[in-house]
Amino acid sequence: MDAVTVTDLVVDRGRRRVLPGLSFAVPAGQVTGLLGPSGSGKTTLMRALVGVQVVRSGQVTVLGEPAGSPGLRNRVGYVTQAPSVYADLSVRENVRYFASLYGMGPHEADAAIADVGLSDATGQLVNDLSGGQRGRVSLACALVGSPEVLVLDEPTVGLDPVLRVELWEKFHALARAGTTLIVSSHVMDEAGRCDRLLLLRDGDLLADCTPAQLRVDGRSDDLEEAFLNVVRAREEVAA
Amino acid sequence: MTATLERRSATHLSPRLTASTAARVLRQLRHDRRTIAMMLVLPSVLLGLLYVLWKDLPTLPGQPGIFDRVGLTMLGILPFVVMFLVTSIAMLRERTSGTLERLLTTPLARLDLLLGYGAAFGIAAAAQALVTVAVATTVYHLDVTGSIWLVVLIAVVDAVLGVALGLLASAFARTEFQAVQFMPVIVLPQVFLCGLLIPVDQMAGWLQVISHLLPLTYAVKALQEVGSSATATTAMWIDVAVVAGAALLALALAAATLRRRTN
Repeated sequence: MDAVTVTDLVVDRGRRRVLPGLSFAVPAGQVTGLLGPSGSGKTTLMRALVGVQVVRSGQVTVLGEPAGSPGLRNRVGYVTQAPSVYADLSVRENVRYFASLYGMGPHEADAAIADVGLSDATGQLVNDLSGGQRGRVSLACALVGSPEVLVLDEPTVGLDPVLRVELWEKFHALARAGTTLIVSSHVMDEAGRCDRLLLLRDGDLLADCTPAQLRVDGRSDDLEEAFLNVVRAREEVAA
Repeated sequence: MTATLERRSATHLSPRLTASTAARVLRQLRHDRRTIAMMLVLPSVLLGLLYVLWKDLPTLPGQPGIFDRVGLTMLGILPFVVMFLVTSIAMLRERTSGTLERLLTTPLARLDLLLGYGAAFGIAAAAQALVTVAVATTVYHLDVTGSIWLVVLIAVVDAVLGVALGLLASAFARTEFQAVQFMPVIVLPQVFLCGLLIPVDQMAGWLQVISHLLPLTYAVKALQEVGSSATATTAMWIDVAVVAGAALLALALAAATLRRRTN
């Protein structure tokens, strides 16, 4: 069962064609990594998945409905790359507000704050938090809605290694409970933590496979090197 | 089945989501003490400046003093201007911080968001109007023939108009520079033509036509009605209704121009 299907997706930003015609499917209940260098179109693709990106053509279907349709808005959670929370509100006030939008109460808000490890900072203004903490508040504001599909744009940037591992454990726990996660990253060492990988470069899908498959295709146990080998092989074919 | 129905209604107007959005905006205000202080005190201080400016000026017998006329009009103009500015900035912040984009992916309807802002700043405006009217009538001896509660009401409706136009203007502003300049574009012509500088019936014909198309003119007319007659007149209620209607229209337009999908 696929949670997301994308067919011939074309997106222009300004005069630039960012996605020239992507097609892929994301299986439900797994952590799918969207990997690629900065500028490869990851954020644009994620925006299309949650229905806030103007698309030129193609279909994006999420949980059987067109992306962004009203019925999806409390089933799909989105965490932007820059933390999108209110800096002039406390952690608790932020999460409670987003909880209320999803029809959830203070109880669920406290649970989401605990999930991202911020229980000690509930009363603090977001403005007074570190960058990594802000990102976690932003994550809590999405987790609180218990979405069926969670789209996370570089959620682990700027986090210390311990916290990063904890968050990845959290992502897998969510996936085991049936949530579909789409997580973008530009660091390949996170690719190994995903169940599936989508490798994006200049808007093209270079690979849609498991990390194990990428190691085989890229003839290297190191995912970064495997990725580079796949890119080179592709360029040789094109040349 | 129920879940589907519930979800279908999710992006329709919801009083609960409007209320929680209004509460959120007020909480943001509460963390900003200086803004609250300025909101409450600034109009009274400005009015005081006008009071001392004109207080010793001789008036014609039988005519209201210039401060009584201008001061009363100012009670409508000041909240309009302040709320327009505050709202344009608040909405622009919502846009640049990414929270707007995020809100648009949640079940919150666009009109819920805008009505939430309208309600929150309307409440702030009510507090502002109470302070300003109290100070004006006691400290500055502003003479109002009608009920001062009507003055407060008109000031609040006017503030809500400022909020609504601020929200609408911010939909067209892509940068902070643009947002700030919408103030002179949208607010100043209304202030010039509302009957504050010269009475509307003494303007050139085509200016009168424009004046009658601008909502602030009706707010000023309503205030002048309260200033001159002891009881609430039908004309005043009609003027108030026009201002309220213009505010609702602006909110609806703002919701319609707020794009869920952007580039």
